[in-house]
Formats: sequence, structure tokens, C-alpha cells
Amino acid sequence: MARRATPEVNAGSMADIAFLLLIFFLVTTTIEKDKGIARQLPPIEPPTETPPLIKEKNLFIVNVNKSDQLLVEDELMDLKDLRAAAIEFLDNGGAPAGSPEHCPHCKGRRSTSSSDNPDKAVISVQNDRLTSYKMYISVQNELVAAYNFLRNRESERLYGWEFTEMKKNLDEGNFSGNEDALQSKLENIQKLFPLKLSEAEPKKSGL
Amino acid sequence: MSKFTKKKSGELPAVNTASLPDIVFMLLFFFMVVTVLRNNNLLVVNQMPKADQVEKLQKDRSVYIFAGKPSARYQDKYGKEGKIQIGDKYTDITNLKFALEEARRKLRPELQDKVMVALKVDKNTNTGLVSDIKQELRELNMLKLIYITAQGNELDR
Repeated sequence: MARRATPEVNAGSMADIAFLLLIFFLVTTTIEKDKGIARQLPPIEPPTETPPLIKEKNLFIVNVNKSDQLLVEDELMDLKDLRAAAIEFLDNGGAPAGSPEHCPHCKGRRSTSSSDNPDKAVISVQNDRLTSYKMYISVQNELVAAYNFLRNRESERLYGWEFTEMKKNLDEGNFSGNEDALQSKLENIQKLFPLKLSEAEPKKSGL
Repeated sequence: MSKFTKKKSGELPAVNTASLPDIVFMLLFFFMVVTVLRNNNLLVVNQMPKADQVEKLQKDRSVYIFAGKPSARYQDKYGKEGKIQIGDKYTDITNLKFALEEARRKLRPELQDKVMVALKVDKNTNTGLVSDIKQELRELNMLKLIYITAQGNELDR
């Protein structure tokens, strides 16, 4: 028998097959990018401890009812106005100049009936159990936005960059340079406007 | 002198496509590696609310909790009330601690103290369910949590 030469495999359709697979994986891929609002829960306190006293003027009460309506400082408010109201409250700096609680970096109205300084100012969110989660997140988002706005303003003034942007760079590892120095600068700014969000236990519905 | 006269280049030469399969294969391998075929079988409706003041989640140290009302095909059996899902099954609020401990044990040992709880909650759930979860987390002393959100803002639509 004469040996026949093996015919060459036609590779012309290889590209087609590869394309088919490629398209399949393209369609099924969901590159997961989970992002969200990070929060630290308060530890459970021993019941004997007396809760700290907070002056009425240092408290910013946001109340959300079961039909997702906002009551801010006893006034009905739209969600879109919440951010501005929170900024005004935090930035007020009502303590008189010269007192130890005076806030030199505040640019607010310095009204004596609003918060003394950002360190004293506490935002308290009260939810009903039937409030929708969507509303809850929106409120949290607006309040964090108020803090971020003020922190950005201060970091812009002190260091010439935006707080949120640098924090993102640091978290994602895109920052080249002295990370410890940046970390301490970030903490400095966080100290100027510390996040003080309190969440009361949600009320029982129907009350 | 006809030696140096060039060939007539009247028509364009065809583009060489010999390396096309290589390029396609390269892309193919990239997507094959990146693809995660769903590892959590979702038993609940899970549409995240939108927010824009967000931080990135560090996946290696997180435990997921899903919550929402049961998906359409489970509604006959489980009703329409909000439910909690951890891993592949529904969890009752009383079993939450146990299920979370189990989920935590699956993480790398050196990261177990830095565990972060990722809450993936449907936007139409009641806040009451979320605060029940938060209360359990406080008792477990897992205090760092992150509310996973979608991009955007609920204000502009």
C-alpha cells in the first residue's frame, strides 16, 4: 500500500469557533463591582450606662414615616432639600468666638439656636419599621453627601485636593506616594467633620 | 532598466487575517478567566437602591446577606413577606447568628476579625427587617457593614 500523505486540517473556521465562544463569554460575563455605603454599627452598651446628654440645638432629627415622608426638625421636607439642610446644620458653628468650642473653619450662619460645632452636632435618623429600604438608603446617602461636601471643602482649603477622591485612590491602590502621610491627612479632615449619625431603634409600626 | 520598474500596484493588497484567531483567542481567554458563573443562587428579589456616595467593597473579607421578598417562583411556597438569604438558603432571623458564623468560617483565617457584612437588600423591603439584621449583627459583634447599592441617585429620574 502506498502511504498517503495526511491532508492538512482546514483551520479556516477556527476563528469562527473562537468568535462563537467569545460572544458566549462576553454575554455571560458580569464583572461584579459591588459598591455601597459603609457604616460602623455601635457596640451594644451595658444597660447601666446613662446615655450622654445632648443639647436640643446640637441635635438634627430626621424622621421618616411609614409612607416615606420626611420630617426634619419638626417640619415636612422634600428629600432633595435634605442635603442643604444638613450642611447648614453641621456648618453652623454657633459657639461664640473665644470659647473653647469655637469652630474656626465653619462658614455657616453662626446662629445660636443651631449646632455649636461639627464635633457636637449629631444627626439622628428615626425610621418606622415600614419605611421602604429605598427611602432609608436615599436618606443615608444624602446625609453622607452632606458630610462629604464639607470634608471636600476643608481638604480643598488645607491641602488642595478633594477628600473623597483621595480616599478612593487610597482604597483602590492608585495612590503613589507616602500613604501614611495621606492617611493622617485624611484623618485630620475626618476630625474636622466627624461623622456623627445616630440611628434610633425603629418604632413599632402603627404607632 | 526594466529591472527597477516596480510592479503595478493597481489593486489594494488583501489584509492579512492570519493573526485574527490569535487575537480572538486572547480576548476569549480574558473573558473566560474573568467570568464568574453565578455562585449564589438568588432566592429573593434583589434590586438594589441607588446611591452615589459610595465606597468599594473589599470582597475577600466580606459576608453577604441577601434580603427581599421571595422570587416569583418561590412565592407560592414562601409567601410575599421579606426573607433573608445567606449562602444558598433562606435563613430565619433567629438562625441568623448561626448562619453568619458559618459564613465567617469560610473566610481566610487572618481576615476573620476584619469581616465586613455586605447587605444586599431589595429596595422595596421594609426597614424593619434590616434593623432586625443590624441588631443581630451588633450582638454578634460584627460591626462593620456596607449597604450595597446601585449606581445613580434616587433623586434624579
